[in-house]
Amino acid sequence: MLTLRNLSKSYIPGTPVLRNITVEIAARGVTAIIGPSGTGKSTLIRCINRLVEPTEGEIVFEGRDIAHLRGQALREVRRKMGMVFQEYNLVERLTVMENLLTGRLGYTSAWKSFRRKFDPADIDHAYKLLDHVGLSSFANARADALSGGQRQRVGIARALMQRPALLLADEPTSSLDPKTSVEIMQLMCGLAAENEIPVMINMHDVELAKRFAGRIIGMSGGDIVYDGAPDGLTDEALKKIYGGEGWLQ
Amino acid sequence: MNLASLTEARPFRAAWQVRLGWLALFVYLAYAMSHLELSWTRFASGLGNGAHFISRMLPPNFSRWELLLQGLAESLEMAIVASFLGVLLSLPLSVLAARNLMPAVVTWPVRILIMLCRSFHPIIVAIVFVKAVGFGALAGIAALTIASIGFLGKLYTEAIEEISLKQIEAVRATGASFMNTIVFGVIPQVLFRFIGFSAYETDANLRNSTMVGIVGAGGIGGTLFAAFQRFDYDFVFAILLSIIALIMIGEVVQIQVKRVFRQARDNGSASAL
Repeated sequence: MLTLRNLSKSYIPGTPVLRNITVEIAARGVTAIIGPSGTGKSTLIRCINRLVEPTEGEIVFEGRDIAHLRGQALREVRRKMGMVFQEYNLVERLTVMENLLTGRLGYTSAWKSFRRKFDPADIDHAYKLLDHVGLSSFANARADALSGGQRQRVGIARALMQRPALLLADEPTSSLDPKTSVEIMQLMCGLAAENEIPVMINMHDVELAKRFAGRIIGMSGGDIVYDGAPDGLTDEALKKIYGGEGWLQ
Repeated sequence: MNLASLTEARPFRAAWQVRLGWLALFVYLAYAMSHLELSWTRFASGLGNGAHFISRMLPPNFSRWELLLQGLAESLEMAIVASFLGVLLSLPLSVLAARNLMPAVVTWPVRILIMLCRSFHPIIVAIVFVKAVGFGALAGIAALTIASIGFLGKLYTEAIEEISLKQIEAVRATGASFMNTIVFGVIPQVLFRFIGFSAYETDANLRNSTMVGIVGAGGIGGTLFAAFQRFDYDFVFAILLSIIALIMIGEVVQIQVKRVFRQARDNGSASAL
């Protein structure tokens, strides 16, 4: 499904944020990437849909290397990858419905989107998704009128509007309270499983990662230092990921 | 720190640079006034002349109201057309000039173009266009359009540069094209500020459209200048009163437009247009 080979990224030449990451993501299931802040988790996720340009290495998605795609070819790949953001990144001044339809921009010309002439099938799909995330009465509310949890539901629905082949999530629950975090994870992982979409999630909440992910990738200093089942995440492994041990008491 | 050094530090003592600055300002003012021969006797003789002038302005003479209305209508038309063209041309230019959307090779030439449009007063631009395309409203419209690009181009660009890139990132991540990113990511964030700027610029164009006529670029200014030259000061006063009325009407309309869009900004979607 997705294979990263020797992927490296340096924002400043000589100080790599990612070092030779090689990892394979299966076509199903939830993969959580954990690790301390500043260890390159967000960079890794953003390299996959090329919001960040990798410095070296291959990103093989659906059988071809997309690391050097440009223009239309890049946009065609991007529209197959849904993304959920830490701060939701909704377009605040647009309605919930318009934010959902943003997920179809890859398939809609600018002239049509300017006049809001979206495919009726997309609009139907949007209403169904809104219903799934429990916000059907908010279709015409403006995004900036919603609470954090509601916004992230819209963010998830927007990503699924793309009918993606892969779902990327960058710290999707870090701005939310613990209860809402669990609800958002349940919703996102549930919808992904229902639609048979693999999910890659960055998170720093280890317990939440263990609870929802079938596979955990531990990163430290731009390297993968753990890759395996949640059960294998022993204190020893956590020490390797986060360093120190005082915090493990 | 010991007590002695604390008492020695005077918190409000002006730095010597500041004192020197004040001194230089006063010296220059004295020089400028002597150079321009500003004196009390000059002022007093001017006052006498002014009283005579004002007495000839009263009462205002509206007998040539048709000429007056014609000039006002032309000014209004020029202002509206120039504002519309200015907005239309400033929109793409501001996208090209925004450093958060475009690389430096694109932004620099466009920023210089906008800066050039802003560097001259509309009257100077109007003189140039009168020479280039001849007397009349065309020259005035061109001059006001240039002025609008200079003003709106800069304000639009700054508004675009202040938008949240997180929203843009999310739109780009869906595979949206550049134009789609503008439509769904940029416009919603700047629309209501753009409307405010445009209303303000229309107001400014209305003012300036009454003035460019003085150099022959159409509008009520031409009538005003002719009246001045024929010493028809009572008609001059009538024209000035009419201009004030026009500007005030423009102000009221502008306030109404802004009120409508403020409601849209606070409650409605940015797709309202």
